Amino acid sequence: MPSEGGLSAEHVLEFPGGYTRTTGPVIGRFLTELRGGRIVGVRTAGGKVLVPPLEYDPATGDAVTGEYVEVGPAGTVRAWAWVAEPRPAHPLDRPFAWALIELDGADTTLVHAVDAGNPKAIAAGTRVWPVWRGDRTGHITDISCFVAEVTTIVSPVRTVYRLQAGGALQVFLEGVRRGVFVGGRCGGCAKVYVPYRLSCPECGIPMAEQVELPDTGTITTFAINNLPDPRAPEVPFVSAYILLDGSDVPMISLVGGVPAHEVRQGMRVRAEWLPESERTLSMANIRWFAPTGEPDVEL
Amino acid sequence: MAERCAVIGVGQTHYTSKRRDVSIAGLVREAALRALDDAGLTFADIDAVVIGKAPDLFEGIMMPEAYLADALGAAGKPMMRVHTAGSVGGSTALVGAGLIQGGVHDRVLVVAFEKQSESNATWALSTHLPFSSSLVVGAGGYFAPHIREYMRRTGAPEHIGALVAVKDRLNALKNPYAHLRIPGIDRKMVESTPMLWEPIRYLETCPSSDGACALVLSSERAVTGTPAWVHGAAMRSEPIFRAGRDTVNPQAGKDCAADVYQQAGVTDPRRQIDVAEVYVPFSWYEPMWLENLGFVAEGEGWKVTESGATALDGDTPWNASGGVLSSNPIGASGLIRFAEAALQVRGMAGEHQVDGARLALGHAYGGGAQFFAMWIVGRDRP
Repeated sequence: MPSEGGLSAEHVLEFPGGYTRTTGPVIGRFLTELRGGRIVGVRTAGGKVLVPPLEYDPATGDAVTGEYVEVGPAGTVRAWAWVAEPRPAHPLDRPFAWALIELDGADTTLVHAVDAGNPKAIAAGTRVWPVWRGDRTGHITDISCFVAEVTTIVSPVRTVYRLQAGGALQVFLEGVRRGVFVGGRCGGCAKVYVPYRLSCPECGIPMAEQVELPDTGTITTFAINNLPDPRAPEVPFVSAYILLDGSDVPMISLVGGVPAHEVRQGMRVRAEWLPESERTLSMANIRWFAPTGEPDVEL
Repeated sequence: MAERCAVIGVGQTHYTSKRRDVSIAGLVREAALRALDDAGLTFADIDAVVIGKAPDLFEGIMMPEAYLADALGAAGKPMMRVHTAGSVGGSTALVGAGLIQGGVHDRVLVVAFEKQSESNATWALSTHLPFSSSLVVGAGGYFAPHIREYMRRTGAPEHIGALVAVKDRLNALKNPYAHLRIPGIDRKMVESTPMLWEPIRYLETCPSSDGACALVLSSERAVTGTPAWVHGAAMRSEPIFRAGRDTVNPQAGKDCAADVYQQAGVTDPRRQIDVAEVYVPFSWYEPMWLENLGFVAEGEGWKVTESGATALDGDTPWNASGGVLSSNPIGASGLIRFAEAALQVRGMAGEHQVDGARLALGHAYGGGAQFFAMWIVGRDRP
């Protein structure tokens, strides 16, 4: 290396226009076929198909036969090396694999680039297909690269519904906006269901009356969720079955204001409401249920 | 139900996280052809096809039965789809059996599948409707509180779930079709995995699997090969929100068990049933269902589990195949239970065969423990 500040100059050696390479009949046939969008190999006297073709059989030194065999276009990766940072002269400007590809019908492997996306997507045995350039000239780069077989497609499904809240839900949510839980008492079994509903699932008959329930209740059981959820402020969060005072069915709700591992079955809780100005027709009006501090209930 | 029904062919795919090499059609066909091969039959010998799978949202394919008719050789034949959430595999077998028992058909192909890798079941089970604030995240989020309540009621010690998680995975090592294969699994390994939905740990949950299972059902006059005879078949359901509903010990499960035992002449299930394949997707459901299915008295389930009685070499082997905890292509999971029960009484369960099994129970449940399907199959003709 010249020392810093010493006398130095860049010197370029480049034969103007580039060297020519006379292909000879064998390599010439291979490149001519590439230009035509086909890959051929040549058969040796011993019967092997060399791809890319060689003029002389490396095993024996004999001239190869004049028999050209179309191979591929698909092949199998036998070995590969990942190029994480491609250089300017590389065939792809993004990370790719150099691979030894045994084209179907060939007895040797061809070196080419595989556009695999990431190194987990290529392995010995991966099936690959050539991607052809549109303007072919008879050069190995007439194949831009190889890519994996199509094994998966993505099928986006998006269905958009308009959900019309039923009359019973409307009644319940209007109550929740006022800070009240509205339930219904069955005319047959006298059980109280909350949220309010129009008929009893046990008796199958209409509810006899609406019942306004207090915002206090008892945790019957719960889960401590360690998987994040957009509706919960943090992990872990507690989702609990809360039996409101005067109700016969529990509601599932978030429990807050208490560390998750201090929540107990039988714990008394009260709803924490958003300020009236922030309330909407939704359950989001209830921030969560928090302990009241009363003694636990015997379940 | 005047006609006798027998299982004469069982076919399963290997259960695994991702079957990237086959389409859904290829997957169900693989199981169907294996079942037909087992019965020494071809599609030409089949009168009708019944197919089951869990919610369409799992793969995003509406009416899979229409898409899969060709793959199952159903062109020109009756074909129907059954849907009862996680219990669907069991219900599918029972609908097929009903067509035989009712004298409608002589040979019915029953197929169930799931290709969970095409999406994410927890997403599909947690689609939150407007206006509600349900905080249930996936199946584990739903079942965890009921497991907690079981533990409170019975005073079961915390390690019982881990014992089931280990026992079923050890059984899975003897089942070539099982998905989870964890050599050397032990209680310490299970207890070192994180709580997902406390009290449920990671290794106390079922995996997400791709797979399919198929049965060939036959009337008595059309039997080929080795039959497993259906001695009883029952389904029950119950509403998810009902005042006084016991979510730990659901009435529908008790009623379903009572019905199937009555049909099969079973009065003491623990003594009379040689092996049971019971839907246990979270480890604690083994002691819970031991009680729900009347194998033991209420509050005694965990003690029986702890005693080792439910192991392959115990006196009450449960899930000799490794169960749902080891393989869970959801729609197929119930049918696999029914199929494994049949394999046991046919003496064809291989390394996980329970010696001399003559009477076996297949069980499935689904939804919020709302749908139940059970059958009892036997080596002897009823």
